[in-house]
Amino acid sequence: MLDILVERLRQKKRTVPFPGALPALPLRFRGRPFIDASSCIRAAGGDCAACAKACPTEAVHMEDRGPALDMGACTFCGACAAACPAASLVFTTDWRLASTERAALFIRPLPAEAHVVHDPMGRDKAMAGAAVVQSFPPRPERTFVLPELPLAPTREAAGAFARSCRLRQVTAAGCGACEADLNVLGTVVFDIARFGLDFVASPRHADAMVLTGPVPRNMREATLKCLAAMPEPKLIMAVGACAISGGLFRSLPDEGQEEGDSAFPGRPQRQNPQRAEGALPHMGVGLFIPGCPPHPYTSLDGFLRFIGRTTPSSARLSP
Amino acid sequence: MTQEQKSRTRGGFFSAEGQGPANDSLQLRNGYAAPLDAIPVMGFSRFAHWLGTLAGEKSRSTEGPTCRVCAFFALPGPLLPWAESREQQPGGAQERSVSENGEASFTLLAVLADDAAGVLHLAATEVGDRYPSLTPRIPALHLFEREAHEKYGIVPEGHPWLKPLRFSRPGGPDVGFMDFYRVEGDEVHEVAVGPIHAGVIECGHFRFQCLGEEVMHLEISLGYHHRGMEALLAGGPHRATLPLLETAAGDNTIAHTWAYCTLVEAFAEQLPSPRGQLIRSLALELERLANHTGDLGALAGDVGFLSTLSYCGRLRGDWLNTSAMICGSRFGRGLLCPGGAAFDLDAQLVHSLKDKVAGTFRDVQGAVKLMWDSPSVMSRFTGIGIVPESVARSLGLVGPAARASGLDCDLRRSHPLSGLPMSPPPYKGRSGDVLSRAEARHEEIVNSAAFCSRLLERFLDDGGEEVQCAPFERPPFLKGRSISVALVEGWRGEVCHVGITDRGGRFAEYVVVDPSFHNWMGLAMALRGQQISDFPLCNKSFNLSYCGHDL
Repeated sequence: MLDILVERLRQKKRTVPFPGALPALPLRFRGRPFIDASSCIRAAGGDCAACAKACPTEAVHMEDRGPALDMGACTFCGACAAACPAASLVFTTDWRLASTERAALFIRPLPAEAHVVHDPMGRDKAMAGAAVVQSFPPRPERTFVLPELPLAPTREAAGAFARSCRLRQVTAAGCGACEADLNVLGTVVFDIARFGLDFVASPRHADAMVLTGPVPRNMREATLKCLAAMPEPKLIMAVGACAISGGLFRSLPDEGQEEGDSAFPGRPQRQNPQRAEGALPHMGVGLFIPGCPPHPYTSLDGFLRFIGRTTPSSARLSP
Repeated sequence: MTQEQKSRTRGGFFSAEGQGPANDSLQLRNGYAAPLDAIPVMGFSRFAHWLGTLAGEKSRSTEGPTCRVCAFFALPGPLLPWAESREQQPGGAQERSVSENGEASFTLLAVLADDAAGVLHLAATEVGDRYPSLTPRIPALHLFEREAHEKYGIVPEGHPWLKPLRFSRPGGPDVGFMDFYRVEGDEVHEVAVGPIHAGVIECGHFRFQCLGEEVMHLEISLGYHHRGMEALLAGGPHRATLPLLETAAGDNTIAHTWAYCTLVEAFAEQLPSPRGQLIRSLALELERLANHTGDLGALAGDVGFLSTLSYCGRLRGDWLNTSAMICGSRFGRGLLCPGGAAFDLDAQLVHSLKDKVAGTFRDVQGAVKLMWDSPSVMSRFTGIGIVPESVARSLGLVGPAARASGLDCDLRRSHPLSGLPMSPPPYKGRSGDVLSRAEARHEEIVNSAAFCSRLLERFLDDGGEEVQCAPFERPPFLKGRSISVALVEGWRGEVCHVGITDRGGRFAEYVVVDPSFHNWMGLAMALRGQQISDFPLCNKSFNLSYCGHDL
């Protein structure tokens, strides 16, 4: 008994002060992508599709005004940033990726003048509600002010679930990484129980389904049965690229991107007979948390704002 | 050119001189490529004799090498024309090949590992759509034969339990529908669990046949996580190959990507950069440390010892954060690439990593010691879920689970990848219960942490001389019509990848064997005669991957 107490003192209190303080993220963390409209060749009307050709999940497609990167299919591998000849596509360290709108997950070129602060000390100029983040690799002269992604909690979420929201996690063929980084939220480090959030065993006790994995053919029935067993009102949160879009496993249109000049060009098989397309459209996903897997802070930030709590904006990031 | 490079450009394979079944096979070293036509194609009875002599029950009592089954798979059609006909339609994995006289024909290819000699034995045979099952003689083949049956409809006659494996065919039986074993009797009852379990965990279905509290038999039916991985890999390497293999088993990313990179390097006849190889090695041990630490905590949690559970839950995250310091991802995503590693370490980072490893290891030791010092934990672990050595050997268990049953197998020692200093000390003989598996993991934590510290010293000593850890600059030319095998000792055990290239150097077939594929049957055997309430404890002591099995 005494040993346990001594060890308890030695192990110290380890619960992070979030959301009271900013999270500690690794320097090489790849968060929200940023495309600089002033240097993007495609945005200026040039003929370039290097980012799209490099993407393993074909998450980037070309529009009239430049590339559009779908974070809902992105694995954050960084291949597009490495392929960008103008270095205008970078991954910032902004961990706040969650949104209640699927369309908001598309990253499009942003005008550099409006959103890039070249003086890292000029943080005061940051727009209200915007995120100031470093890029990867960190370059002090490039600090970004990114507009917040829309995250409007539903009325049920803000009202009924604000103080207690029980989560039923369903792994619909996830690889184990999203699951591990959700599991960690229950440890002493994140301790989500202090926010009234908790993972529960039975769908009957659950307010929200936290879905991971691409929901292939063999997991569809079980997932839908679990959802049907949950009482109303119920919320669905899709965590990770697989659950949002099918990610690496989704079928791709035949007229997709041609071979690129990345290290290993070539197209993956277009059709996956296992029909792994992520959450089914009629399930009505209410919250999207991108990543492969999302960092625990990304998920926690999404959960908390979804139930109506405030989290620190990355705008308060110190150098 | 180093000696190793010479041997690699020569192919690194050899056919031994002399007599006896061992010399019939193509002998290959881990991470080398050989032309497809070097694989001997034997008649079926000779093939069966070859397999039985090298890997069967009798092989341990007779002279000559004793091998383990690493992989066994079917290809449609004869071996050589097969690789060429596939070039027309890469990725069409489900079609049946029909020979001129209208009968279906298939090639069966076996990869065996001789751990004592550090070589792999390969041989093939051609069969029609049925052949006498090899499982009765070599139980380790039971899932491999089911896999070939499910994929191509080849019937291994006399297979003791020829049931669906992954329910992978869209036109086949629905997932979970099969003839489960059933023990009859007045007092016998059945407990069905899953596919969705009561926790944040992957999905699978378990059926227990119980007499009171005692489990007479546990049958495990998986396939819910089948994502079509191998079909998506055919036709590669393409830009999605590496990210796909990063998710083969999400907590085992480094082992799977290392095996893939090794295959590409073998086909390209290039060695990885020495520094890149060291970074891979460091990442692999960090992955092992994270998972073993987390599982020791979870084992403590399953017997209600919450101190160790809480501390290890936090410490697992600290190991994951150590990986993130290197590459930005807690699971090593994007760290490895063919040719080396995508991220380098500078002196400052090496110093912070050293401090982090030392500090985390110290805390793990403190947390685990509490558990060992607690008589209530020890009594719950001891004698529970025993897998005897003979069972572990005949089922072909791998990794810590096999070592806990007394098998001395570790690929880092028996089949090392090029240029690596790691050689873990031999493991103590153990009795195969939950305590043995927990102790084996703790022992590996101690060894891996010491190895990481030594490795980090080496990064400092290098003084930045071995700087090249970069990937290939342009797409390398991969040798066509070749086969290569890569084995990596992941934290669960042997990760085996087999690649076969077509004439143009693309993967005509890519076979992934996760350690879980070998070990799930070990869990079923561990439950025999146990109380059903001990299932969570036994399950966690293995902690197998569902998606690694289902792919």
